[in-house]
Parts: sequence; C-alpha cells; structure tokens
Amino acid sequence: MEKYFDQHISRQFNQELENLRRDVMKMGGMAEEMVVDAMAALLEGDTEKAESVIKADDAVNQIEKHIDEQAMEILARRQPTASDLRLVMAIVKTVNDLERVGDEAEKIARLSIELANTHRPRGNYNELENMAGHVRVMLRDALDGFARMVAEVAVSLFRADEKVDDEYEAILRQYYTYLAEDPRSTTRVINAIWIARSLERIGDHAKNIGEHIFYLVEGKDVRHTSSEEKEQVVLRDPKA
Amino acid sequence: MNQPTHTSAPGISAGIPNAQSRKRLNLRNEEMSMQVRDLNLFYGADQALKNITMDIPRRRVTAFIGPSGCGKSTLLRCFNRMNDLIDICRIEGEIRIDEQDIYHPSIDVPELRRKVGMVFQKPNPFPKSIYENIAYGLRLQGVKNRRKLDEVVEHSLKRAALWEEVKDRLEDNAFGLSGGQQQRLVIARAIAIEPEVILLDEPCSALDPISTAKVEELIIDLKESYTIVIVTHNMQQAARVSDFTAYMYLGELIEYDDTAKLFTNPAKKATEDYITGRYG
Repeated sequence: MEKYFDQHISRQFNQELENLRRDVMKMGGMAEEMVVDAMAALLEGDTEKAESVIKADDAVNQIEKHIDEQAMEILARRQPTASDLRLVMAIVKTVNDLERVGDEAEKIARLSIELANTHRPRGNYNELENMAGHVRVMLRDALDGFARMVAEVAVSLFRADEKVDDEYEAILRQYYTYLAEDPRSTTRVINAIWIARSLERIGDHAKNIGEHIFYLVEGKDVRHTSSEEKEQVVLRDPKA
Repeated sequence: MNQPTHTSAPGISAGIPNAQSRKRLNLRNEEMSMQVRDLNLFYGADQALKNITMDIPRRRVTAFIGPSGCGKSTLLRCFNRMNDLIDICRIEGEIRIDEQDIYHPSIDVPELRRKVGMVFQKPNPFPKSIYENIAYGLRLQGVKNRRKLDEVVEHSLKRAALWEEVKDRLEDNAFGLSGGQQQRLVIARAIAIEPEVILLDEPCSALDPISTAKVEELIIDLKESYTIVIVTHNMQQAARVSDFTAYMYLGELIEYDDTAKLFTNPAKKATEDYITGRYG
C-alpha cells in the first residue's frame, strides 16, 4: 500500500503526502531517540544527557506543529478522499501520540536528574531497563508498520502492550515492597514508579499508532476492541 | 508561514522539516508581472469593476474566485483588452504589464494579445490539423521554415503534455481529439507564440475529472515559465493549483492573499462565508 500514495496525476500532491509521511517518520525517530537517551541518562546517572532530552522535546513539539499545519493545508487545498483522507487523519493522530511519547521521555529525563543525586539501588533499575527495552521495540514496530503500512502490527502491538502492562503491574508490586521495607527510600521509589508509569504510557501510544495504521490500511476503526476482535478483523479481511 | 526553527539538542538528530515542504508566500516578496491601479469598468451605466488595485506576481498562478457576476472574468479580459470588443464597455484606471500601460493609445493590441495568451472554457481548436493548430500563430508571424515550425510544434505539444498522445497523428483533424486533449492543444497553441502571460477562463469546466487533473498538472508545470491567471467557479481548483487567490464580490476585490492562507484562515468574514458555502 505504501506505493499507492505516489500515483496521483498531481505530482505536487504526491510530493505533499510523501513529505508528510517522511516528517512523521522523522518525528518518530526523534521521539524514539529521546526515550533511549532518557533511559541512558537514568541508568548512567548522566544529568547532561537528561538535559539534552529535555531540550529535544522542544524540537518534537515544533515538528508536531509543522506536520499539523501541512496536514491542514492538504485538507483545505486537496480535499483528500478515501485512502488519502485516511492517511491524513492517521497522520494527525499518530503525530499526537508521538508528541506524547516525547513528553513521557522528557518526564523520564527530569526524574532521572532527581534520581542521579540519590542512592542507587542494588539492581540499578534493571527492571525499568527491561521494560524500556520492550517499549522501545513496540515503538520501533509501530514506526516500521507505519512506514510499510502493515495492518497486522495493530494486533502484535496490542499483544505487546498487554505484556508491558503486566510488567508495569509487577514493577509496582516490587516497588511497594521496597516502600514497606525501607521508608527512607520513599522519594526515590516514587520517582521510579513515575518512570515506570511513563514507560507504560509510551507502550499505550505505540499501541494507538498501530490502531491508526490499521484504520489507514483497512479503513476499520479497531480502537477499544480486544485483541481477539482485532485478530478476527485481520483474518476475516482478505485484504489483510 | 515561517518554517519552525529548532534548537537542536546534542544527541538528537535535528528535526528540521524538509526544505521541499511548501512555504507560505507573501505578495510583498514577489516580482510583479502585472499591476492594476484604480480600475473601474462600466458596461453602459452598470459598473462591473470597482476600484480594483492589485499586483499579479510573475511566474505564479493567481486565481480569481467569486460568485457569478462578481467581475472575475471581466477583470481577466482586461489584461489582454478583450473587453475592447464590447461597444458599451468603458474603462478607467490603469493596467501595466512590465511597466507598460496597456490602455495607452500607442499600444499595438494584436501584439499585446500575443504577449498575453488566453484559453477559454470551451476548447476552441481551429478546424485544421493538430499540427496546423500550433503552427498557425507562427505562420501569421511570417515563419515559413518548415524545420522551425516542426520544432515549435513538438516543443509546444511536449510543454502542454500532449506530445506522447498525438505525435503519430499530427495531420489528423484537431476535432478528433477528446475535450481534455483539445484544451491542452489550445494551451499548446498559446505557448507556441511564446507569451509572457497566460489567461485561463474556466479552462476545466467542460472537462471530466481526469482531464481536469491533467490540465491542472500542466498549469503547475507552466508557471515555471509563464505568469498564469485563472478564473474558476471551482474553488477547490483554485485551492489546488494557485499560489495566490483573489476573492471578488459584486465587482470589488474583497481579499487577495496566499492561497493556503486564504483557504485555511481568511482575513475577511465575507471570504470565509463564500469558501465555506455560507454565502447568500
């Protein structure tokens, strides 16, 4: 399907849609890099790196505005229909999720600055490192799915998100134990909980992007449905 | 609209949106091809254009939109003095093309019309071969060299994106072409005599959507070389092809701005009402 969008008689329209897609990919790359850097800042106690992530959020916000503006101009000037319309809608929604991913990465960076000055726990937050690894794969799959326009990523991302949610639950239980064991660690553990919460939210956003891709490719809205229902839609549809 | 500026942070690839995405245009930064000053036009006692003052930028597409009778076609016809053909028409004010007042008595009107070509709503090829339709204008100018004529015919048809479709049947009668092809032929004919300005009066309203898309694509290609002014009832067409749009109503120029600006955030309520279908 990805080749379908450069087949309009109007080469300018092809170019506009291509620019929009490329900007989304660029924005996705920026958001992903922010997540990676924010986690590195946490694990290495690198406050300088954390500061750079906080600054980068500004660039992500700017590109969001830029993409929204271009999308609005396409709606006004081209009156896109069918798959073109779904592409523009999916892009506007995806960009919204990516911007939130950037916000969550920024939160992680800010928390990592606070944690840099506190006692480091025995495991050096390896539970968060693991969770971040899974979330990052989700983000990568979402962007890859967007680039190649593969509807099935909606299902795999939904499944992955369920796992990340379970991981989040497990981390919370682990942290509650720490709180009970050592009340002096309260501030540190609460900050770590916020980081886990941000990672869980990033997983949600990646899952949302999968749903936007599904809508773009199949024209069906699979938000707020279970993974079984999503799978059925994919299997039943000969196009999928 | 300005491109966003980014403070690129270390470790993050800077998110500069690509240079190809469209920048919002500003008339003040444009080189002007035609200037209209205090133009008033009367058909007998009726005033059709009221105090029009505007600049038409060079090598851009400028669209005139507005309801029927708003004066957009009348204004378009002023640029090559087509209104001279109407007895009761009287014009006050000034139109300058490349600094030359085109209503000055010393102006050679046929020469003006060579410089300012025009394409109409209904394709109007001559009842001649495809080849002769293009060569006709040059023959009038006294060009006899067959090789020169061949060259211009081929170049003009290529420029009008018609060459591939007709190169094997140049001697066929032009009336055998489809409406969309005829319209591109007429545009090729206009290009053959190397005008500076091309006026298009509803060039697609008799065409199907695919032919329309082809002509629109042609218009965008042609602006590299020519100043283009298009009158259209189809607002969406103005939004697609033009760089600047002028909204006219009852003979007045209501708003004239960058097309993207006008269609996303017009300055005047009257414009907004018209483009959103709330007019009248």
